Amino acid sequence: MSKFQFPPSISSRPVYGTLEPRPGKAHLMIADAEGAEALLDLAASDAALFANAHIIYIPKDTGETYVERLRALGPAQFYVGPSYAASVQRIRRVLSDAHMGLQVYLAGTEGLMGQAQNEAMQAGIPHGAIQTEHRGSVARRMQCVHCKGITEDVTTDPFVCSHCGLNLFVRDHYSRRLAAFQGVCIDAEDPGNVPEPVELYK
Amino acid sequence: MSAAPQKAKAGAEKIEVTVSAVVPLNPLVTRFEFTRRDGQPFPPFSAGAHTVVEMRDGARTRLNPYSLMSDPGDSSIYAISVRRDDQGRGGSLFLHNQVKVGDPMTITYPVNLFPLDLRGRKHVFLAGGIGITPFLAMIAHLERMGGAWELHYSCRSKELGTYVDELTYKHPNKVHVYFDDQDQAIGLEDLLDGQPLGTHVYVCGPKGMIDWVHATAAAHGWPDENVHSEEFLAPQPGKPFEVRLCKSDITIQVGEHESLLEAMERCGVDAPFLCRGGACGQCETDVVSSDGDFVHRDHWLDDDEHASGKKIMPCVSRFVGKSLVLDR
Repeated sequence: MSKFQFPPSISSRPVYGTLEPRPGKAHLMIADAEGAEALLDLAASDAALFANAHIIYIPKDTGETYVERLRALGPAQFYVGPSYAASVQRIRRVLSDAHMGLQVYLAGTEGLMGQAQNEAMQAGIPHGAIQTEHRGSVARRMQCVHCKGITEDVTTDPFVCSHCGLNLFVRDHYSRRLAAFQGVCIDAEDPGNVPEPVELYK
Repeated sequence: MSAAPQKAKAGAEKIEVTVSAVVPLNPLVTRFEFTRRDGQPFPPFSAGAHTVVEMRDGARTRLNPYSLMSDPGDSSIYAISVRRDDQGRGGSLFLHNQVKVGDPMTITYPVNLFPLDLRGRKHVFLAGGIGITPFLAMIAHLERMGGAWELHYSCRSKELGTYVDELTYKHPNKVHVYFDDQDQAIGLEDLLDGQPLGTHVYVCGPKGMIDWVHATAAAHGWPDENVHSEEFLAPQPGKPFEVRLCKSDITIQVGEHESLLEAMERCGVDAPFLCRGGACGQCETDVVSSDGDFVHRDHWLDDDEHASGKKIMPCVSRFVGKSLVLDR
């Protein structure tokens, strides 16, 4: 089961929904890893959507698990990329060519959805009109508020900043602009006094 | 939906003005221009804003909202363009028949319930008839900013096409006019198709036109956030009814041709208001008890609130029944 119910938190923390078919001239679907399952569920409720769909899929560590099943949905365009960074040029190109009436569906990890939502918003789509559904890993994309470096796929709290090496406390304070949660030094007043890292949500 | 912030005194701040020009534009529409009596510049306003004009019509005080259609960059005048409505409640007839150059009048500070979304990459304006007025200010604003816009303007005939000549002369490539009497109509579906991402559409006109634009845009996959509309409702007449105002500790009668809000004001109750057209939410009033049916006509409360019988917008809504007690 790839669904996870995030505990209620501060209003800064993004909340995700369930993808539903919406009327539109074109459909851009961006998913990573188990996010593919959300697209398969979407196809189960409206398979016709995919005739005008462009799927951008980043399998991450799921490898070939979902690729053929997604291809079988018959999307107008289907792209499988090795990473988000490798796919972002395509996402930008698709958005720059798009017109009003485009529906955007994002599924998978928070990092993928946050970054793709940011691209869609920069292209002029209001964030409330972008559908999201969380699936798979609960790892977070974190920004170190001290050095500003981004650490991807953080699964423990606290964690060590991959750029400056500070011990960072994982906050629910989120930046839509950066598509990242904020990490704050946990031992600033008493250097070295760092709690044992625990897995997120455990 | 949360209540709009409440102010100490009802309505927006007032400005004392003199009518500086009365310009008939066609058989139905006249422009009224105002200058300030104290010689100060007018407060700046954002395109799409309206002012509430106070009209002393004999014993009766009328307060009607009109879109400011002058250039927001010109703080020396405010101007409104008013369509004469012979079947209306009399506000537009009063302006057309009674108001002369040099008359002193009172208007309110501007209030904007129909602003441009300046995040938009492009702005498409859809006007029906006198619904052109807010777009004149918006066009002036976007022209100054270099913003992208186009106007699709539907009017009854050439003769009644208010500002058609001026608009088509100034902006021949951005203004598209459709005359009903020549069987021309806005091709909305084609128009919505192919607009760049980040386009916002704004509609001002009759209710049917507004509903049509919202429904068509939604069917084409446009987000609600990108479709803006403004419709001022005029209070409709209805059967007289009695209301108990428990905070003011009085019982008042609402006449056939006045709104509940107007009746409260006539009886000296300082009830909050801004737009007087069911849109802004300022006059939202709690119902203490009721025995009868509400005639809700506003755009502010949602369907659940309408059904609950716990709230009423006295500027446009009425009541039919035995008793109504309001927390005012």
